[in-house]
Amino acid sequence: MSNVTRLHYLLDNSARSLPEHVAVVEPKRATINYSDLAILSDCVRDRLVHLGVHPGDRVGIYLRKSIDAVAAIFGALKAGAAYVPVDPFAPPARNAYVLKDCSVRTVVIERCFAERLQIEINQLGGTIQNPLLLDDVGGGRFLREALTREQEKNPAPVTQTTLSSPDDLAYILYTSGSTGKPKGVMLSHNNAMSFVNWCSEAFEPNQHDRFSSHAPFHFDLSILDIYVSIKHGATLVLIGEELGKEPLHLASLISQEQISIWYSTPSILSLLAQYGKLEQYRYPCLRIIHFAGEVFPLKHLRALKALLPGRRYFNLYGPTETNVCTYFELPAVIPDEQSKPFPIGKSCSHVETKVVNEDGQLVPEGEKGELCVTGAGVTQGYWNSPERTARSFLEDASGRRWYRTGDIVAVDNDGNYVIVGRRDRMVKKRGYRIELGEIETALYRHPAVKEVAAIALADEENGVRIKAFLSCREDTHPSIIELKSFCSQNLPRYMVPDFFAIREALPKTSTDKIDYQTLKEIA
Amino acid sequence: MGQIGEDIKEFILREFLPGENPHALTDSTPLITEGILDSLATLKLVSFLEERFGIEIRAHETDVEHLNDIASIVNLVRSKE
Repeated sequence: MSNVTRLHYLLDNSARSLPEHVAVVEPKRATINYSDLAILSDCVRDRLVHLGVHPGDRVGIYLRKSIDAVAAIFGALKAGAAYVPVDPFAPPARNAYVLKDCSVRTVVIERCFAERLQIEINQLGGTIQNPLLLDDVGGGRFLREALTREQEKNPAPVTQTTLSSPDDLAYILYTSGSTGKPKGVMLSHNNAMSFVNWCSEAFEPNQHDRFSSHAPFHFDLSILDIYVSIKHGATLVLIGEELGKEPLHLASLISQEQISIWYSTPSILSLLAQYGKLEQYRYPCLRIIHFAGEVFPLKHLRALKALLPGRRYFNLYGPTETNVCTYFELPAVIPDEQSKPFPIGKSCSHVETKVVNEDGQLVPEGEKGELCVTGAGVTQGYWNSPERTARSFLEDASGRRWYRTGDIVAVDNDGNYVIVGRRDRMVKKRGYRIELGEIETALYRHPAVKEVAAIALADEENGVRIKAFLSCREDTHPSIIELKSFCSQNLPRYMVPDFFAIREALPKTSTDKIDYQTLKEIA
Repeated sequence: MGQIGEDIKEFILREFLPGENPHALTDSTPLITEGILDSLATLKLVSFLEERFGIEIRAHETDVEHLNDIASIVNLVRSKE
């Protein structure tokens, strides 16, 4: 099994050995078995190739989470393309930017998003050719209908799955950019497979496992969910974005769908512990709880462990650029004296890590520095951004490229990495990556705004929240409600600041730059 | 708006819109669709409503249809009495 080097072979292999086994579940709606999923993805492949998709092209995926979306993703991979998943709930302008930035050959998209996307892309001077339009999503049915419709108009010949190289791109995931524009992290089959194979070793999944799919497909947590599940012939239980934020529904779902492996941000788990009324149900199948993306406040982690004892808990760490690169298994019982968040642990076996100072030199033992990663799991860089890419890597004497995570770490007495800070202005809120600069850039677009400074506030109870300080051009200034509304039209929901404070002018340093230090103190 | 509406408005201003001019928040200001309440804020609002008015809110009542503006929230609370 570990000889497999392409993501889509994982599906075909499982379809050969376990054709009738349920591959994907839409709770209370539909299921699809491995054989049917493989066949459906072959049809997507044939249609995409007929639409002009060549190996190396990018295919946009603009669908709500569904069996249709999973099949579309595998179809794109089989056509030799890299899929570019966008957030159906993000502002269309942002999605248009992403899809234009990586010059997608075409998009698999729901009709309800298509018109607005075309308008936004046209405004950027681009266009979407030959989109594959679905009337809706659910059960794979709408994808099948769209394919049948196209087949009747314009038959696509059956093709072969492309023989791509392991270094070919499998997907591009866009993350927040400090200058205001998102950047595309390029990930190859080898990047993903080396991680998936590590998961097999670390967690020993089997065909009887039922994986949650909580993360949206444009987040890299989905790589574990989709590909580890499918590699092992297990069952993937899709949790839609809306349901994913409703703790009461989630508790019921985890029980009813017999989830055995859960993976999400700590925020969702905190919500489950606080509001989910977990004691109402039983979870006999649940054996592993993975969390990643941000610090898990001890208070809520203790509460969760009390409600769900006896399971294995793993803290997984890694930016999108490397997927998971270090991990830490929690002790069975959290010691009473534990007062700080748990470590991010030690390096996964498919990568290597080291800690460096500002000059890129290894720090002396026991000192803190920036965590860097090299190896099969690490991205080649950002799409079409050679300077950004160059800035994010260090080359060592032997020519190996190390990705600079931007996280400052120390090493504890057991040899585990512990995060102590950031090198820049990136923050994690509810597991989402946010460049404070991107929020500021968006607010600067408001005609009334003169100066903006976004800062992050953190406390145990609420996690990370964003506060935006601003000064306005005129005496009359927009209401906070107007500002929030403006932000929600220009930024994904999680980037809308929690608080706004309007001032006459923002404090400045002696060199006339905005004084963030003072703002953090008065916030 | 009535006392119920006033209590709800006061909670929302205090918890989620500190520093805002109270007149900017009306009975019909769209709270969820305009980004004033995110998913976590909605959960906190539901907790507040349950405690403050001694009611139980079902999972399917915590959506945009029931909570998007103060007028709708007041209707929801009244329907439980």
